[in-house]
Amino acid sequence: MQPADSAQKVPAVGPPPAPAGPPVTTAGPSVPTTGPVTPPPDTTRTKALADQIIAKFPSTKVDYARERRLKVTVPPEQIRAAALFVRDVLGFDHLNVVGGTDYMQQHEFEVIYFVGSISKPGQQDLVVQLAERVKRDESPKVPSLTEVWAGAELHERETYEMLGIIFEGHPDLRRLLLPEDWNDIPPLRKDYVSPGR
Amino acid sequence: MSAAFEYSPEADRIMAVSLGPQHPGAGHFRIRLWLDGDLVVRADPDPGYVHRGEEKMSEYRNYIQNVPHLERPVILDSSGILFAYSLAVDQLMGNKIPPRAEYLRVIMAEINRIISHEYYLGILGLFVGQTTMITWMMGDRDLFIDLGARIGGARVTFAYIIPGGVRNDMPEGLQVQAFETLDWFDKRMDEYEKMFFRNPLWEERSKGVGVLSREDAIRLGATGTVLRASGVAHDIRKAEPYSVYPEFDFSVASLKEGDTWSRAYVALEEMRESVKILRQAFKNIPPGPVRLKLGPQPRVPAGEVYARTEAAHGEESYFIVSDGTPKPYRLKIGTGSFKNMIVIPHLLKGIHIADIPPVYWGLNYWPVHADK
Repeated sequence: MQPADSAQKVPAVGPPPAPAGPPVTTAGPSVPTTGPVTPPPDTTRTKALADQIIAKFPSTKVDYARERRLKVTVPPEQIRAAALFVRDVLGFDHLNVVGGTDYMQQHEFEVIYFVGSISKPGQQDLVVQLAERVKRDESPKVPSLTEVWAGAELHERETYEMLGIIFEGHPDLRRLLLPEDWNDIPPLRKDYVSPGR
Repeated sequence: MSAAFEYSPEADRIMAVSLGPQHPGAGHFRIRLWLDGDLVVRADPDPGYVHRGEEKMSEYRNYIQNVPHLERPVILDSSGILFAYSLAVDQLMGNKIPPRAEYLRVIMAEINRIISHEYYLGILGLFVGQTTMITWMMGDRDLFIDLGARIGGARVTFAYIIPGGVRNDMPEGLQVQAFETLDWFDKRMDEYEKMFFRNPLWEERSKGVGVLSREDAIRLGATGTVLRASGVAHDIRKAEPYSVYPEFDFSVASLKEGDTWSRAYVALEEMRESVKILRQAFKNIPPGPVRLKLGPQPRVPAGEVYARTEAAHGEESYFIVSDGTPKPYRLKIGTGSFKNMIVIPHLLKGIHIADIPPVYWGLNYWPVHADK
């Protein structure tokens, strides 16, 4: 989503998009930016969604509410209820992807469910990022959300083998991409070093 | 259809068969099948034979070095997978892409969509017994590869869309060749429709085969042509317009039946829409620079971004966590093929062995793309 930067370009749908990241001041682009100034990003819709989630789950932490992206972190105990709320009440029914990140220095893993919406009109461009954090110990356990979004099955299997996070209640938690004889630590953990590096 | 046949461990009744990974055409991908006679009672996809660890590799390379290896999982649609990556990095950096570069990105992405769909339909035809289909489509696909090669320099691995714009401008006077190709291709697509899609043999093999309902498509998180053939007109180019797509007049192809015929026909219709977009883009492309000077090791501020685009195999998404160093802290690729993999066991259950090829190859599933 790059902003239109000449006068004759008016996007047909919606307000002109704005860059989601913070503006760069150093090593800036060499092309002068002419034309109208981009209006500030419209975050009313994602903020409204965040308010609804907080009203229901007060311990929710809103990481960011950008123009089209909302990231909320809920405790793992509440993630299943929060996911059902996001799916059934807020209408986010189409799971895009499940991601996991190893924050080794903070001794935590983060698991994020990226969910889009199809059935409820007017929010097809939004993505809710439902995140949870779990302690980075021997066997980190989080509840599986395959009952909420059936499409999470293979994504959770991938996160399980790549980061070693155990999804409790998953119907078939096996390795997916790694070879059967893999006997090292999960490779996407930060303390795993690729061969030759 | 599937309810009566459940998996049973009875050894003499149920036979376990491995389809692939050495099967010609399965493409480095194995499906474990449990058969009762010639009925599939259970199917279990077993990917990973071409897993390259793209996500881990990305953590060792800076944002520009990541460009060429990230397109390797799907060289058919190399610009489709890089478009999403560049979009994500641009958003992290707050880059304002020059308008000409935006047009060139769209041109290359649509050329790649045609290249990929041609390959998909050709392979599908080959395995369903329409050998003419692969010869025609591989031949016509080369015209678009030539077009892409004149813009991007390489034959299929263009590495053309990069953070900050595109790698280079297109040669002067390319429009002549482009419009010739598009005119020819418009006629060819009408011939495809007559020769293949209205062909009774093809209809018999693909209509009503592998039906995915609208509810299941959403529930399983299907994407791309699979989702749109099941009655969901969801296309990121329209749903969440990125780049300069709002400036083009095109529509989203969608059918309600959810069978293999519909999935293939949606791909044909998408090629028609891509031709429409290409005509407008080649006509209206503005002059100007085509890339920002980011240097060989751009500084990316700390932050997170999730960007998604509509590529040939479905929704292509990147989640990037940057900690302010020149290399990504975490880069998560969500590929269309991986998202559609879960549809394979769902659709194979309860069908005849003879229907496996139209169902499996009808899903536009690309094993390397799913493995990453």
